[in-house]
Amino acid sequence: MKGKFTTALAALALSTGMATAEEVTVGMITTLSGGGAGLGVDVRDGFQLALDMAGEHNIRLVVEDDAQRPELAVQIAERMIQSERADILTGIIWSNLAMAVVPSTVAQDILYISPNAGPSALAGANCHENYFNAAWQNDMLHEGAGAYANELGYENTFIMAPNYPAGTDALAGFKRYYEGELAGELFTQVGQTDYAAEIAQIRASGADSIFIFLPGGMGISFMRQYEQSGLDLPIVSAAFTFSQDILPAVGSAALGVFNASQWSPDLDNEANVEFVAAFREAYGRIPSLYASQGFDTANLILSAAAKADVSDRDAFREALREADFTSVRGDFAWAPNQHPIQRVYIREVVEVDGEITNRIVGVAFEEHQDVHGENCAM
Amino acid sequence: MSLALMLEQLLNGVQFGLMLFLMSAGLTLVFGVMGLINLAHGSLYMIGAFLCAAVAGATGNFWLGLMAGIAAAAAAGALIEVTILRRLYARDHLDQVLATFALILILSEGVRIIFGPFPLYLNVPDMLRGSVDLGITQYSRYRLALIGFGIAVAVGLWLLISRTRLGIQIRAGESDREMIAALGVNIRWLYTVVFALGAALAGMAGALVGAIQSVQVGMGEPVLILAFVVIVIGGIGSIKGAMVGALLVGVIDTMGRFLLPRAFATFMEPSQAMGVGAALASMLIYVLMALVLILRPKGLFPAHG
Repeated sequence: MKGKFTTALAALALSTGMATAEEVTVGMITTLSGGGAGLGVDVRDGFQLALDMAGEHNIRLVVEDDAQRPELAVQIAERMIQSERADILTGIIWSNLAMAVVPSTVAQDILYISPNAGPSALAGANCHENYFNAAWQNDMLHEGAGAYANELGYENTFIMAPNYPAGTDALAGFKRYYEGELAGELFTQVGQTDYAAEIAQIRASGADSIFIFLPGGMGISFMRQYEQSGLDLPIVSAAFTFSQDILPAVGSAALGVFNASQWSPDLDNEANVEFVAAFREAYGRIPSLYASQGFDTANLILSAAAKADVSDRDAFREALREADFTSVRGDFAWAPNQHPIQRVYIREVVEVDGEITNRIVGVAFEEHQDVHGENCAM
Repeated sequence: MSLALMLEQLLNGVQFGLMLFLMSAGLTLVFGVMGLINLAHGSLYMIGAFLCAAVAGATGNFWLGLMAGIAAAAAAGALIEVTILRRLYARDHLDQVLATFALILILSEGVRIIFGPFPLYLNVPDMLRGSVDLGITQYSRYRLALIGFGIAVAVGLWLLISRTRLGIQIRAGESDREMIAALGVNIRWLYTVVFALGAALAGMAGALVGAIQSVQVGMGEPVLILAFVVIVIGGIGSIKGAMVGALLVGVIDTMGRFLLPRAFATFMEPSQAMGVGAALASMLIYVLMALVLILRPKGLFPAHG
């Protein structure tokens, strides 16, 4: 009797499972206030747009602002896991916050899918089966900038980044491919707003070019001050410092800068053309690479949720590994450490119809994979 | 290390210090005269920058924007004083901190609702663009103008405090609040004026600095922390102290960021020296503040003797 009852129940569960799949709760912890707000807002809006475009889906999205503070992010993660019963966490922009949240999250058998931060520690020895990065490993785009600096013939570059995990990854990534001399190397503070002291040192160093990694408001401040300094060295960078979230505020100072990216608004594939048009329609602005990463992250989760129940972690992970979605960046494949293998483009900042944006001018790497994966046991 | 580099860094330090002075002058006046700790001073800085960017964007004229920024910050300051802070003078500092912290959150959210989460564009006025040749080095024309502006405001403020009737009342208010009320000075009006004056200075700093930094929500809080360091070093309530403290903080912070990594590089591997030097440089002004607190607990120029 009892056996029959459980069989019937199981059959019922199975049949309803087919019709309306189990709800997946996604907790998004991202930066919606302070100097880094533009990045988080774009990830959130890109993610939401993917859900809206999917029509019917079984994702429940819960969003909270981490104010770019690691301790707050940890509290929110705990609350999302305990009270919201989140199955998947996502959204973190900054690598220092990711380092604070991800290890304990994945250890509790909660999936973490990064739409942005990709610190080297989580790609290498501390990789985890529950951690996926849908954007890049931090070093990747900076490696592209380093390789392109060689192509541009730069021989004496001054390099600079903020003093936090993504900043050290950025300089390491650039130096891994750059073959010239270093005119100087500087760490600045996270959130720094005045770069006069740094600009003076660049001037005195005799550099022939500059590499910077200064995401969000830091990039705006640096570029505005650089423009007024009387220095006129070429700048090579990764997409973050010349992304659509800050280009309108930087203005013409950014024109002509080459930056490496896995994505660009003018990337000509069907999914991207549709995404850029829909994003402009929905939010009235050009999407940034952060928005594209939020969009891809949501579509990755949607693709897995259509195939497997999230309560069956093994099946859901397997579905995520299949990456059965169309990325707006074009080809997308996982490396064994669950970070993308992807093409890295070179973009140039240009003005199109009165708007300052990026345009693809070349390719730094085909099928690029991060170097930290070799330390990953997966 | 060349003379040109030293000169440029010194100018950077002085310019940074003078902008800090604009922020700290208001903060120290409000604290000195009314005994009020105003954490929302940074929000007034933000309001100045946003209004300047919005008006400059709409009219294409930076100077109109600057005036709008100053006026908006002064008006916001007066409004906040009349509606909220007036009730807090009799309360202890903890209540004031709590209420003005709430004001930070409300004003930041308000600015975000009106202007959106993305940074605004504010450009340097045409006549101050580019750089000036100082003989041994190039220097940003706008930063030089900021130095001139800061000095002019400091002189104006000194004249106001030492030569005018309002200045006498402010100084009297600093030394003995009850007594000047008893002498028939309208203390409510005086408080509103002083608060609006402090707010206008903060708004001016925000608008001026906004043209070379990022005009964004939350831009005031890092500056606010530095302004508190300045007034603790200078002596709370003292304009002269705010000036000396601001210049000290500006020059020491700039020089520390520049010299410490180099000093460590003489005996360490360069990239390691860079990390250690940068970390230590960011602590330098707090070390200075701790030293001043140990040696002269009331600051370098205590207002109340």
